[in-house]
Amino acid sequence: MSALTLERGINEFKAQLDAPMASFFSSCVSCGMCAEACLFYTENPDPRHTPIYKLEPMRRVWEQEYTLVGKLKKALGLGKPVTDAELAEWQELVYNNCSLCGRCSAVCPVGNDITYMIRKMREGMVASGHAPEGLIGASTRAVQIGSPMGVKLPALQAQVKHIEKATGMAVPFDKEGAEYLLMLSSMEIMNYPEYLEAVGKILTNAGKTWTLSTDCFEATNSGIQIGSSDIARELVSRVVNAAEKLKVKTVISPECGHAYTALRWEGPNLIGRPYTFAAKHIVEVLDELRVQGLLQTEGFEEAKLTFHDPCQLVRRGGVIQQPRNLLNLVAKNFVEMSDAGAMNWCCGAGGGVSANEDANEVKMKAFQRKKKQLDELKVDTLVTACANCRIQLEEGLEENEMDLPVVGLTEMIAEHLVEREDKGGAS
Amino acid sequence: MNEVDFLLWVKGPAFTFAAVVFIAGVALRLFEILSLGRKQNFAVPKGNPMQGGLREIWRRSLPVDKPTFQRSLFTIVGGYVFHIGLFVVILLLGAHIALIRSVIGFGWPNLPTPLVDAFAVITMLALLAVLAHRLRHPVKRFLSTPTDYVVWGATFLPLLTGYMAYHHLLLSPQLMLALHILSVEFLLVIFPFTKLMHTFTLFLSRWYNGASMGMRGVKS
Repeated sequence: MSALTLERGINEFKAQLDAPMASFFSSCVSCGMCAEACLFYTENPDPRHTPIYKLEPMRRVWEQEYTLVGKLKKALGLGKPVTDAELAEWQELVYNNCSLCGRCSAVCPVGNDITYMIRKMREGMVASGHAPEGLIGASTRAVQIGSPMGVKLPALQAQVKHIEKATGMAVPFDKEGAEYLLMLSSMEIMNYPEYLEAVGKILTNAGKTWTLSTDCFEATNSGIQIGSSDIARELVSRVVNAAEKLKVKTVISPECGHAYTALRWEGPNLIGRPYTFAAKHIVEVLDELRVQGLLQTEGFEEAKLTFHDPCQLVRRGGVIQQPRNLLNLVAKNFVEMSDAGAMNWCCGAGGGVSANEDANEVKMKAFQRKKKQLDELKVDTLVTACANCRIQLEEGLEENEMDLPVVGLTEMIAEHLVEREDKGGAS
Repeated sequence: MNEVDFLLWVKGPAFTFAAVVFIAGVALRLFEILSLGRKQNFAVPKGNPMQGGLREIWRRSLPVDKPTFQRSLFTIVGGYVFHIGLFVVILLLGAHIALIRSVIGFGWPNLPTPLVDAFAVITMLALLAVLAHRLRHPVKRFLSTPTDYVVWGATFLPLLTGYMAYHHLLLSPQLMLALHILSVEFLLVIFPFTKLMHTFTLFLSRWYNGASMGMRGVKS
């Protein structure tokens, strides 16, 4: 790879600029409503944290390169060129202070999709050498080792053996023609092994064929977070290749927000064609099983509980009702937090923030928003469907001395599973 | 040049010039935007992008969800008042409709002039209020560029001069009318090259964002 330079960064900005971005820049009237929608502003009110301001260097490139007035100003020496120092300064705005949560895009009165813009701006930040170390490390490990956390296949195989021994259930690898290919996140393998056991139990019990792949088990995509389409394409191609090799019908994206965005929305565009399989989030799959009558539960959670919506699932993914359907199966005392659903607040660590050590302090400030929502409710349990949210929530709760267990939705459902007698076709 | 000559010049060559710059400028800006194009989307849609696009074009003119409304109360209410006011004053004043009829050959019923006059006062007050808010609000002040204040002035002046011409204030009604038309011409000339363009581009922006939401099955 050639050296990362300002010139490459600016060229990448130019390549990323498209009609929607030009329209968004043209439409902004500096009303400031995006700031009020952004937890990195509301919890840390520096005007520089205003979402649209995070785009300022890229806006100037657009103006100078793609508008008549900007070109005239540039020719007359009146346009202020974007400098390397400026991009270095913007790194903390574009990465540490944005989780790509999409609330700004949801409230903008002129309709600007600011999150879409920041995702694109990160491409130029990478090309100019202004991406955070933590994300560079995660991306490098993802490409070289196959996991951003450096988890290798033997670690997963060891865990699988443990699950098989404990439950007597077979956990298949590389089963050709299975209906579902189950993808995981390293976070689940390392911190929440309950997840794999829970999904395995539910799918097996539903009589579905499913498999893991030894070629590729990691669904998360650091390329999406850092903003490198090259890396993102490489990582998503591994999933696509594994799925097509095993001829599965559906790939299940794990309890992870951005993995879903990577696989469901960006993946086909990264590889430049539609998939030969469906890509679904585990919560979508579970809700389908519920509708088909293949997911029966018994008993109810005693605790008063609430659900934290992962941003990439609701605002950026349209998976809003499914987790609620599932929670209502097993919880009698399920209460919604304020702004629940499509306008729920981010945990504070999505979009690469959690992998970026530079953001350790601001992500805890951002967590204060979630704390306020939780303080209003006084619940006993917090349920979510994203391992990355979960780690941030646990860290935030601990830091704020709040004694509140955080549970993955899939595990909670698995605990109430009724064993079906007719499990025809189970692996 | 006496007052009559000035008025004739303003109504004649100056108006033609402003109208040409406005129309050509808006067309150029829309071309600049649309010609950038966008990539084909290969993801299987969950919902209908077209429905989503149309829904957002409409919905983003309505008040947002309650908590967001409360957080941005002044911006939203102030914005509504002066936009509705501008709409009424520009499009429902008898004299304006007569002008439109003379240019495009048809018009529509007008509101009584004293009522439009009241709207003009309310609109000016709202514009002064949003300007004060812009100067005091940390985010708005921080984001605002000199052009933003020029745009504010260019929007305010036609209201003020129109009001003063109607009420025969300060200058002769004839001269004030000429200044009123001149201020509108200034507005038309800077329109395509400033944030005033949002009048048109917001429909595009809402469409793009809404289509993306529709495709993902997100309803706001």
